[in-house]
Amino acid sequence: MTVFVIRRLMQSILVLFAMSAIVFFGVYVVGDPVEILVSHEADEAERARVAAALGLDRPVWVQYFAFLENALGGDLGKSFVFGIPAIQLILQRMPATFELVIVSFVIAVGLGIPLGMYAGYRPNSAGAKTIMAGSILGFSLPTFWVGLMLIMIFAVEMQILPAGGRGPVGSFLGMQSSLFSWTGLGHLFLPALNLALFKLALVIRLARAGMRETLLLDYVKYARAKGLAMRRVVFVHVLKNIMIPIVTVLGLELGSQIAFSVVTETVFAWPGMGKLIIESIDKLDRPVIVAYLLVIVVIFVLINLVVDVLYSVLDPRVRLAAKA
Amino acid sequence: MSAAHEAVFPAEAAPARAEANWRRVWREFAESRIALAALAGVILVVLAAVLAPLLAPQNPYDLRQLDILGNLLVPGAKSSAGYTHWLGTDDQGRDMLSGILYGLRISLGVGVASGVIALAAGMTIGLFAAYAGGRVDAFVMRIVDVQLSFPAVLVALILLAVLGRGAEKIVLALVIVQWAYYARTVRASALVELNKEYVAAARCLAFGPARILFRHVLPNCLPPLLVVGTIQTAHAIALEATLSYLGIGMPLTEPSLGRLIANGYQYMLSGKYWISVFPGVALLLAIASINLVGDQLRDILNPRLRR
Repeated sequence: MTVFVIRRLMQSILVLFAMSAIVFFGVYVVGDPVEILVSHEADEAERARVAAALGLDRPVWVQYFAFLENALGGDLGKSFVFGIPAIQLILQRMPATFELVIVSFVIAVGLGIPLGMYAGYRPNSAGAKTIMAGSILGFSLPTFWVGLMLIMIFAVEMQILPAGGRGPVGSFLGMQSSLFSWTGLGHLFLPALNLALFKLALVIRLARAGMRETLLLDYVKYARAKGLAMRRVVFVHVLKNIMIPIVTVLGLELGSQIAFSVVTETVFAWPGMGKLIIESIDKLDRPVIVAYLLVIVVIFVLINLVVDVLYSVLDPRVRLAAKA
Repeated sequence: MSAAHEAVFPAEAAPARAEANWRRVWREFAESRIALAALAGVILVVLAAVLAPLLAPQNPYDLRQLDILGNLLVPGAKSSAGYTHWLGTDDQGRDMLSGILYGLRISLGVGVASGVIALAAGMTIGLFAAYAGGRVDAFVMRIVDVQLSFPAVLVALILLAVLGRGAEKIVLALVIVQWAYYARTVRASALVELNKEYVAAARCLAFGPARILFRHVLPNCLPPLLVVGTIQTAHAIALEATLSYLGIGMPLTEPSLGRLIANGYQYMLSGKYWISVFPGVALLLAIASINLVGDQLRDILNPRLRR
C-alpha cells in the first residue's frame, strides 16, 4: 500500500516536471511580449531595457532553470500586464471559480439524482422519456451556446436575473462569497446552472442506470417481502448503492469542471481563473499562462492521485495489479 | 494462388457477407424515425457546407458587400439595394444567411479534417501498439490514459496558448485532442482480432505486420471506429466552436460559426438576437444530427445490444 502510494506520488511529480517544461518552452515560442508592452515609438535601448527588466535577454534554458528554482519556492514570476506576482493573481481569482464549481456540483447532484432515480423507477413514463431526451440535449449542446440562451431568456427577455459579473460578495465567518448576499446569489445562479448542465446530464444517466440495475436485485425483493414500504426501500437501500458509482465519477469530474469553467466564466463575465487565462492568452501574459497551467496541472494530478489511492483502498484488485 | 490459400481465404464469400452486413445495418438504422431524420439533417448540413458558394446570396469575404447603412437589419428586411435578408444582417451589413453558410463550411471542414487526420493517426498507433504488445503497448496506452484524464477543452486551450492562432493550428490541436480515443478503440478490438485463427494463418503465410494489420485486422475493427468517428466529429465541431467563441480558435478572416456567435453577443444584450441565434441554430443542427446518427450506429453495431 505504502509502496503503491509512493510510486504514484513519484509518477505525479514526474508528470509535473514534464508539464512545466512543455508549458514553459511552448509558451516561450509563442510571441514577443516586449512588442506588446513597449510603445511603437520606443527605440532599441528602451526595448532592451524592458527585456532586461523582464529577464527576457537571457538564454531560454537559463530562464527555465531560474523559473524552476523560483517555482519551487512558490514564485511563478510577475504578470507582465498587472505587475503583481502571477500566482497571487491566480489565487485572487480562485475563490470565484471554486464558488461557481461547487454550486454547479450542488445543482447537478441535487437535481440529477432525483430526476435520474425517477427515470429509472418508471422508465416507460412520459416524464422519464422527457428527462432522458433532456439529458441527451445536455450532452450535445455546446456549453457556451446554452449560456448565451440563458442570458437571452432570463436577462434580456424576462429581465429577472443579471446577464453577467459576480455582483457584491457577502461576508460570513470571515469568508467572502457571493453565497452570502442575495444579489450575489442572483449573479451566481445562471453561470452555475450553465456549468452544471453537462454534469447534470451525466448524473441523470448514472442514477437511472443504477436504479434500473439495483431494483432487480434480490435484496430489494427481500426488503419488499419483509413488508418495508417502497419509499423506504428506494430512498434508503437503493439510494446508498447507486451513490457509489456517482461519487466515483463526480470525483474524477471535479477537475474537468474547473477546466470547463473557462467557457462559462467568459460567457458570463465571471471574474475567475478561467476568464483570467483567456485574457492572458489574448495579451500574451506569459507568466500568468504558465502559472495557470501549472496550477491546473497540480489540481488534476492531486485529484487523480487521491482517486487512485482511494480505488486501491476500496478495490483489492487494483492493489494486486500494482504489485505485479 | 494455391488451393490452400483459397481454402484459408475464401475470396468470394467474404465480400458477399460484408455486403449483407451493411444491408442489415441500413435496415436496422432505418427502423428509427429519429435516426432517419438525423441522417437527413447531416446530409442537409453537408450539402449546405459543400455548396455554400453556390447557395449563398452574397460572398461574405468580399469587402464590397460591407454596407454600413444596411447594418443590423432585422430578419426579412429589405436592404437599400432591394435585396431581402431573410436572416437579417450583421453589424457590418453583411447578409447573415451567407455568413452562416460560409461559417458552416469552415466549422464542418475543420471538424472533418481534424477527425480524419486523428482517425488515421490514432488507428495506426493503436494497431501497432496492439501488434507489438508488451512494453510498447503499455507505454502507448499510458500516454493515452494520461491524455484522456485531462478534459479536451483544457488540452486544446494549452495547445493553442502554446501554438498560437491559425486554421492549421486549430486542426493540429483538435487532432492531438482526439487521436487517443481512436487509438484506444482500435487497440481494444485489434487485441481481440489478433488472437483469431485468420491472423495466425496470415502469419503462417509470412505476411508482414503492416499487411496483416491493415488488410486483415483493420476491416474487422471498423464498426466501433465508425461509431467513435461519428461522435468524435460532432465533438470536434463543438470544441472548435467553443474555442472560436473564446477568441482563440479560427482567425477573424475565416469566421466559423463560433466566431459568428461571439460577434453577435454584444447585440444580443440589446435585443438584436438574430446575429447570435441563427448561427447557433445551424451549429446545433449539425452537432445534434451527427450525434443522433452516431447513437443509432452504436446501438446497431454494439454486439452486446444485438437483438
